[in-house]
Amino acid sequence: MSTEATIPTGTIEEVEGVTPDALREQMLKGLPSKTLRKRAKQIVPNDPETPPEIGANSRTIPGIITQRGCTYAGCRGVVIGPIHDILHITHGPVGCGYYSWMTRRNLARVPEGQTNYMQYCMTTDMQEDHIVFGGEKRLAEAIREAYRLFKPKAISVYATCPVGLIGDDIHSVCRQAKEELGINVFGFSCEGYKGVSQSAGHHIANNGVFKHMIGLDDTPNDAKYKINILGEYNIGGDAWAIDELLKKCGISILATLSGGVSYDEIINCHQADLNVVMCHRSINYMAEMMETKFGIPWFKVNFIGADSTAKSLRKIAKYFDDKELMDRVEEVIAAELAVLRPIQAEIKAKHQGKKAAIFVGGSRAHHYQDLFGDIGIETVSAGYEFAHRDDYEGRDVLPNIKVDADSRNIEELDVEPDETRFRPRISPEAKQKLIDAGFAFSDYLGMMREMKKRALVIDDISHHELEHLIKTWKPDIIGSGIKDKFIIEKMGVPCKQLHSYDYGGPYASFAGAINFYKEIDRMLSTKVWSYVVPPWVKDRKAAATEAPAEEQKAA
Amino acid sequence: MIEEFSLTEEPKAPDLSHCTAATRNACKLCTPLGACLVFRGIEGAIPFLHGSQGCSTYIRRYLISHFREPMDIAASNFNEDSAVFGGAKNLHAGLKNVSRQYKPALIGVATTCLSETIGEDMAALLLDCRRAIPDLPPVVHVSTASYRGSHIDGFHDAVTALIDQLVLPPDPHGGVNLLPGMLSTADLRHLRELVEAFGLPVTMLPDYSDTLDGPTWMDYEALPEGGTSVEAIRRMSGARATLEFGDTLRFTRRTAATNLAERFGVVRENLGTPIGLRATEAMIQALERISGRPCPPAITAERGRLLDSMVDAHKVVFGKRAVVYGEADLVIGLTSFLCEIGVEPVLCASGGKSEHFPTALRVAVPELPSTCMVRDNMDFADIDALGKELKPDVLIGNSKGYGMARALDIPLVHAGFPIHDRLGGQRVLHVGYRGAQQFYDQIVNTFLARKQEKSTVGYSYL
Ligand code: SF4
Ligand code: SF4
Repeated sequence: MSTEATIPTGTIEEVEGVTPDALREQMLKGLPSKTLRKRAKQIVPNDPETPPEIGANSRTIPGIITQRGCTYAGCRGVVIGPIHDILHITHGPVGCGYYSWMTRRNLARVPEGQTNYMQYCMTTDMQEDHIVFGGEKRLAEAIREAYRLFKPKAISVYATCPVGLIGDDIHSVCRQAKEELGINVFGFSCEGYKGVSQSAGHHIANNGVFKHMIGLDDTPNDAKYKINILGEYNIGGDAWAIDELLKKCGISILATLSGGVSYDEIINCHQADLNVVMCHRSINYMAEMMETKFGIPWFKVNFIGADSTAKSLRKIAKYFDDKELMDRVEEVIAAELAVLRPIQAEIKAKHQGKKAAIFVGGSRAHHYQDLFGDIGIETVSAGYEFAHRDDYEGRDVLPNIKVDADSRNIEELDVEPDETRFRPRISPEAKQKLIDAGFAFSDYLGMMREMKKRALVIDDISHHELEHLIKTWKPDIIGSGIKDKFIIEKMGVPCKQLHSYDYGGPYASFAGAINFYKEIDRMLSTKVWSYVVPPWVKDRKAAATEAPAEEQKAA
Repeated sequence: MIEEFSLTEEPKAPDLSHCTAATRNACKLCTPLGACLVFRGIEGAIPFLHGSQGCSTYIRRYLISHFREPMDIAASNFNEDSAVFGGAKNLHAGLKNVSRQYKPALIGVATTCLSETIGEDMAALLLDCRRAIPDLPPVVHVSTASYRGSHIDGFHDAVTALIDQLVLPPDPHGGVNLLPGMLSTADLRHLRELVEAFGLPVTMLPDYSDTLDGPTWMDYEALPEGGTSVEAIRRMSGARATLEFGDTLRFTRRTAATNLAERFGVVRENLGTPIGLRATEAMIQALERISGRPCPPAITAERGRLLDSMVDAHKVVFGKRAVVYGEADLVIGLTSFLCEIGVEPVLCASGGKSEHFPTALRVAVPELPSTCMVRDNMDFADIDALGKELKPDVLIGNSKGYGMARALDIPLVHAGFPIHDRLGGQRVLHVGYRGAQQFYDQIVNTFLARKQEKSTVGYSYL
């Protein structure tokens, strides 16, 4: 383990008088034995020093309602969808395409005169005939039609569940179209049933971007400090906020995978000298493959939270080992914090000591703890929706993770150093020096090392467990997604959507952090919850509790 | 181009034949969504998708963003093995877990494209489950392949399946059945109120007016309160009549209402979705006939107020050109009302395939100008292409028309499903005189606001 971890001190002994173990017992009580065995592994009290093993990335039990999506959603929706000048065609019946049409709030600006293809949702809208006789012809026709209408640089095709079953060979259709049309056409076998969750789709997407896009354009880029941001999807404009901040420091971003990004940026992004990773879960494959093939090192950053943002900036500056850059970064941090600190202090004073719970994503349940922490709100329970063990326990567990049938389904690309283009970006000596000074490369320490001892970590939380958490630990606010937002709010707890940001954002960088503090302040200060019980019911209740006392007195 | 339209036949559309292999920005959703919505309208029921979890997650996501309410849909979570060898094991485990956890009064099983493609023998599989799971509640199955229809088909098929699989032999009770079609929660509440105003007990199927538009909870509810009870559905055979809304259904051979008529002799009253004067009138008259009671004065008064406002503002809306899109029967209702208030529909589009849509629309709204284009199976790329040439003043339909409204710089009046860029999309009232009033006010005010915005003078009296 690297020395970078700042292990939190203190233990969560109990919340609202109930210990983490007792709450866990409550959640597990009454489950049938098979389900119990499975869930018991997925609900664990934390230990930051030696993270306990957690059950993660295992199939949700049929009939248990999950917030997880499908492989297609992870591939088309999350990773490739945000590339705004690729034309995306969903090969399948109408729904899968429709549901992935602009629902994620990944934003993009396109240059004047260009069409933003993200607003288009093309689907082959398969009908019975195609299911019975095969849909390859239909797909080929759809690709031609898309080309005729839009003349895009590239077309990307996604297979949905029924397509896998009827055996359409989308890859050969794409190859033929590529030859015929003279543009880049590629396909993704991301049928929804393939993986445990959207996570499988991330991996498939990473492979495809790496095979079909990365490295196509070798035009040199002469920016001084050039990096890529990996695993940042520009929800609510986060990528733009990060972009602006790095620009102030004099650091250029060649590509953000994948948020507000163009095909041209991606095919040239191997010219960068560093990859920094935001969401480790969805993009670590790409970081690793680019390092092997081109020699671009990577490390983990987090631009969510004021202190985390400052820390990440400093780390990037240190990597480039340039006094001028380091000074510039310090100036920027000082200027930004001068604006941020008073606002943070004011809001913190109001909410210090409140408690949050976060169940979302594959990195955000970790990242947002920092942002809540900035304003004195402690995260007492957290868990991911689709992450793997390494995202909880840190990458050092990777060799010990069992590969199951679902993971075996997904291709692992064989990547070799590129004969002509592999170029170490930092000398082995310089790298060693940094490592010796406690600098972590190619590593992610995971959520658990940064959470308090005995905080309750819950993977793929179910409604039943959420209900117990709310009733027993009474969190003041919950960060989650749209599928449980309204259940949480029906139960009287404000819920901040951390997938789509409830139509708000950006929350990344210092400017984004200020947005978030204010948003949380608004949510925690609303009076609406105090109106829920009508006064006449309150009166009756009060009367009912007084009455027995009166009676007793009389007796 | 507009000038060239002859008055006696529908104008020629721009040639869209070069765009046929792909649907661009669909104007329809997938079949199981409609079925899940129906099952959510049954008391204590839980919708269950037989297929991969992704479909249920996506469908939930969409329903939730419209209703802003919890919406649980269970799934049998297919993996690669079940995709190849069939999902019997997953179905069994899924049903068992759902019945234990939720203790539902009913499980509504809809099949996704995946299980449909495999060709699962659902009747046999469910029979096995019934034998193996001791306290399995009633299970109703509806086949909902999305390559064979759209969300509105899933909706109607689920209603038919419920009736087909649950209704018991008749025990006459004098109430009426009401099959409203896919309407808003406010519509459902208002319809119930209208029918009850004639002293008629009513079984409305489905009724998600509470389950998808409920209050904050005092206590956790695994299944929200409200909905049509299974018991009431079982007794639908004993009703005096079935009111079935939807002009296109009149042309369909088998509907839930024909099922009740053929099996139990319950009179089928097919009516247009009661949007606007004429269609509401038809409903009121049907209710008078069935109940033998005259229309209560309060309803007549509502009608009076509506007409009075139409006198006040007819000049604001008269001659305005509208594009209307959405589910076929909703479009017919809206178009009928638009014609009554002097708005000229120039394009009426439905996203699903509905061969009866043009005929049903022309029959329901005989005064619809022959220049108005009526098309089924349209996507937004088609609507867009036509819209540009037709130069409408207003769009009327769901949130997905926003891009077009923005491009044409004209207002969008929200109606139908999905509405995810306005608050209260689930509560838009379309039906009855009250619905017409709200809709009328909204259209008029949209034009007034527009006039103010665009005016260089800054009028404050309009
Ligand atoms: S596979 Fe079918 S049921 Fe599932 S989302 Fe796609 S269209 Fe809908
Ligand atoms: S059919 Fe498959 S790919 Fe489509 S939404 Fe459902 S699970 Fe995802």
